[in-house]
Amino acid sequence: MLAFFEFLEYAPLLVDMRSSAWLFPAIASVHLLGLAMLGGAVLVVDLRLLGFVLTRQPVAVVGRAAEPWLIASMLVMLPTGLLLFMCFATKYYYLTAFWVKVTCLLLALAFTFSIRRRIVMADDANATTRGAKLVAVVSLALWATIALGGRLIGFP
Amino acid sequence: MSDNVARVMSILGFLEWLSATSGSVALRESHYFFLAVLTVHVLTLSVFAGMAAIIDLRLLGLAMRQVPASQIVAQLVPWATGGFIVMVTSGSLLFYSAPLERSGNLFFRTKLVLLVLAGLNVFVFHKTVYGRVADWDIDRVPPASARLAGGVGLALWAGIIVLGRMMAYQDYWFDG
Repeated sequence: MLAFFEFLEYAPLLVDMRSSAWLFPAIASVHLLGLAMLGGAVLVVDLRLLGFVLTRQPVAVVGRAAEPWLIASMLVMLPTGLLLFMCFATKYYYLTAFWVKVTCLLLALAFTFSIRRRIVMADDANATTRGAKLVAVVSLALWATIALGGRLIGFP
Repeated sequence: MSDNVARVMSILGFLEWLSATSGSVALRESHYFFLAVLTVHVLTLSVFAGMAAIIDLRLLGLAMRQVPASQIVAQLVPWATGGFIVMVTSGSLLFYSAPLERSGNLFFRTKLVLLVLAGLNVFVFHKTVYGRVADWDIDRVPPASARLAGGVGLALWAGIIVLGRMMAYQDYWFDG
């Protein structure tokens, strides 16, 4: 695994990328813009499940409207995140926060597009059950851990 | 000319005084507290800018089109405002930790200008086209002036996020 990470970090493309003065900051900025979009797309649905916002709209309406933006934010965050990771792959190999982040990311993606999606799309009534609220809390906890992990692995 | 110099000197004098206060010194010397403030500042971005993005996309007629615009604005603005208060508070602490470096940072200065413009955009929107929201509340695509406010807002917040990220590279690009 470490050898694979070293291979990623020292791939010719990545060596060029690290030596560029603006490429890493540019990609990191785009990654952050993706975070804003992801935050909006996730929060609006989870807050609806919790009954905090848009309570006059069915959960499914909010969920369906938010889904393309969630997917769009993933399409921005995953490739940029992969490039940022490859820049310092061997450093991350030794960071617990990185492995926690990756694990939670896989869990969040699986959870979001299976259980959460089924609950959100099925709820055509306005009622939010305790199960739906639990789904929202799990979703928020997973994404918050991923974001926090992302911040922590950037520290010196 | 001498008036100008005196004014600049007094701003500089104030910033020097500020950076010598015990709170400022404590903030920049306390490794973990500083990083905690920075973390709060970056992560609250997903709440504030996330909510702002949904609102602006609705104004552009690109997201949540079947939800009346007034419902989106009325119910998401409190969350955006809460996020904004955390952003400004943590951001002020980050400024306070190193007043001279931050104020000399070109990205920071540009970011402040964009922040003023973003505030102006929100103010004008609420004073003008949002006052007539009843006329276009359920329109899937709002009128041009509302779309303009949404587009300008989206562009300004994106610029502010990028400039904030770029602040770390001031030395690298300009003073290195």
